[in-house]
Amino acid sequence: MKHKSISYAKWGYIFIIPFFVAFILFNLIPLVSTFYNSLFENYMGRGGLVQVGPNFIGLDNFRTMFAPETELGKYFGNTFVLWILGFIPQIFFSLLFASWFTDLRMKLKTGAYKVIFYLPNVIMAAAMGMLFYTMFAQNGPINSIYMSITGKDSPYMFFDNVWSQRSVIAIINFLMWYGNTTIMLMAAINGVDPSLYESAQIDGATPSQTFWKITLPLIRPILLYVLITSLIGGLQMYDVPQIITKNGEQVQRTSMTVVMYLQKHLYSKNYGMAGALSVILFVVAAVLSLIVFYVTTEREPKKKVKKGGIK
Amino acid sequence: MAAPVDAVGEMSNSKQLLIRRVISYTVLTIFAILSLFPFFILLINMTRDTNSIQKGFSIVPGSYLIKNFKTVLGKHDWKMLSSLKNSLIISGLTALLSTYFSALTAYSIHVYDYKLKKFLFTFILMIMMVPTQVSALGFVRLMASWGLTNSFIPLIVPSIAAPATFFFMKQYMDSALPLEIVEAARIDGSGEFRTFNELVTPIMKPAIAVQAIFTFVSSWNNFFIPALLLDDKNKRTLPIVIGIIRSADYASFDMGAVYMAIGISIIPVAIVYLILSKFIIRGIALGAVKG
Repeated sequence: MKHKSISYAKWGYIFIIPFFVAFILFNLIPLVSTFYNSLFENYMGRGGLVQVGPNFIGLDNFRTMFAPETELGKYFGNTFVLWILGFIPQIFFSLLFASWFTDLRMKLKTGAYKVIFYLPNVIMAAAMGMLFYTMFAQNGPINSIYMSITGKDSPYMFFDNVWSQRSVIAIINFLMWYGNTTIMLMAAINGVDPSLYESAQIDGATPSQTFWKITLPLIRPILLYVLITSLIGGLQMYDVPQIITKNGEQVQRTSMTVVMYLQKHLYSKNYGMAGALSVILFVVAAVLSLIVFYVTTEREPKKKVKKGGIK
Repeated sequence: MAAPVDAVGEMSNSKQLLIRRVISYTVLTIFAILSLFPFFILLINMTRDTNSIQKGFSIVPGSYLIKNFKTVLGKHDWKMLSSLKNSLIISGLTALLSTYFSALTAYSIHVYDYKLKKFLFTFILMIMMVPTQVSALGFVRLMASWGLTNSFIPLIVPSIAAPATFFFMKQYMDSALPLEIVEAARIDGSGEFRTFNELVTPIMKPAIAVQAIFTFVSSWNNFFIPALLLDDKNKRTLPIVIGIIRSADYASFDMGAVYMAIGISIIPVAIVYLILSKFIIRGIALGAVKG
C-alpha cells in the first residue's frame, strides 16, 4: 500500500506541471522583467523618434513617480473616487435585495430578477462604456428625454463636467456589479442556520431587527471579502473610463485611473516609468490580496461546521 | 410554527407582510427596468437611421436594422466581421484550455499525495488575486521578443494557468469526486491519465460548463492586453474595434451603425447568457459559498 502511494505521487507532479509551466512563462518571468525594467531609464525621446536607454538608474523612476508633478496621487485618488461612487450604492442595494430574496416570510419570486440583475455583468465593459457614452452624449437619448421633461432647449454636457462624467462611470460600474454582489450575499445569507431565523420569528423580532442582529453579524466575513475583492477590482478599473473619457484626457484627466495611466506609459513605450508604476500597483494589490487570503482561510473551519449543519 | 398569536396580531401581521411584499416588488421592478433600459435603447436605435436618432429618442423601432447591419459590415476601417471571428476563436480556445487544465491541476491536488502539494496549493491561492496588469509590461515585451505580436497565442495559452478556475474546480471535486471512484478505476487497470480523461471529466461536466462560460465571457470582453498586443487590422478583437470607434471622430459617424456595432459585440453573449442563466446563476452562488 505504502509503495503504491509513492508511485502515484509522480502523477500528481505530472498533472500540475502544465499550470506551473504556463504560470512561469506568462506570469512570473514577465513580472520579474517588469520589476527589472523599473530600474532603467528607457523611453522614446524627442516625440517618439529617438530611444533613450536602457540605462541603469536605480530607483530614480520611483522618485519621478512619487514627485508631486507626476500627480500619481491624483490618479490613485480618481480610481478611489470612481470605485467608491459605485460601491456605496452597490453594497447598499445588494444587501437590501439579498435580504429580501432570502426572506422566509415574504417568499418572493426571485428567478427573473436575479437573471436581469446579473445580465449587465456579462456584457463587455468597453461596449457598456460606449453604449452609455452614446446615451449620455450631447444629442443622445438621455438628453432628448431630459430636454423634453425640463423644457430646456440646450442639452446637458455630461462629459464636460467632472462630477457628471464620474457619475456616469460610477452608474455603469454599479449596474455591472450589483447583481453579482446580490447573488454572492444571497448565498452567504442562505448559509446562515435557518433555525436562527425561525426562533427570531417566534420571539417576535421585526424584519429589521433580524437583519441587523442576525444576518449582518453572521455574514460579516463575506461582506469583508466582497469589499476587498471589489477594491482590488476597482484598482484595475480601465475599460469603462478609458472608453468614456477618450483615453482619459477628458476634463483634465479627472477620471484617469491608475491602470489607464499605466497604459499611457506602455503605449508611448516609456518602459522605465511603466515598470515603476507596475511595481507600485503590485505592492498595493499584494497587500489587499493578503488580507483576502487571511479572511478566507480563517473562515475555513467555521464553514465546515456550517456545511455539516445544513446537509 | 404553531405559535399562539391572537386574531388581531395575525391580521396586522399579514397586512404588514402584504405591504412589505408590494414595496419589495415595486423596488425590484424599478431596478429591473433600470438594468434593461440601456439594452432597450440599444435595440431600438439599432433599427433607426442617424437622422431620426439625432432628432430625439423614440420607443418605436425604425426600419433600418438590415441597412445598419450592412453599413457596419461594409466599414473597412472597422473590420467588424473578422474581429467577430477573431473574438470567437480566442474566447472559445481560451475557455477550452483553461477549463481542461484547471480541472487537471485541481485533480492533481485533490487525488494525489506528494511533498510539495500543500505548498503549491497555498501558492496558487496566493497568486489568485494578483492583477494581470502588473506584469503587462514584461508580458508584452517578452511576447514581442518571441515574435508573437499580432499572434493569438499570448491571448490563449496563458489561460492554462487560471487560479480562480482551478479553485472552483477544486471546490467542486471536494463535494462531487470521492476518491473511491479513482481507486476503483485503478483496480480495473485504468491508467492515471485515462482515468482523468474518461472518468473524471464527465463527472466534472457541470463545473466545467459553468467555468467555460465565465472564461469565455471574460476573454470575449478582455480589452487591456489585446489592445497592447494586436495592431494588425485583421487581428483585432471586438473590444479593440469599440475603442477605435470611440477614438475616431465620433460626431461624423452614422449613429445607427455605432449602435449596431455595440449590439454585435453584446448580443451574442447576452443571448447565450439568457439561455443558460439558471445554470450560470447557480454557478455564481456555488463560487460564492467558497468565499
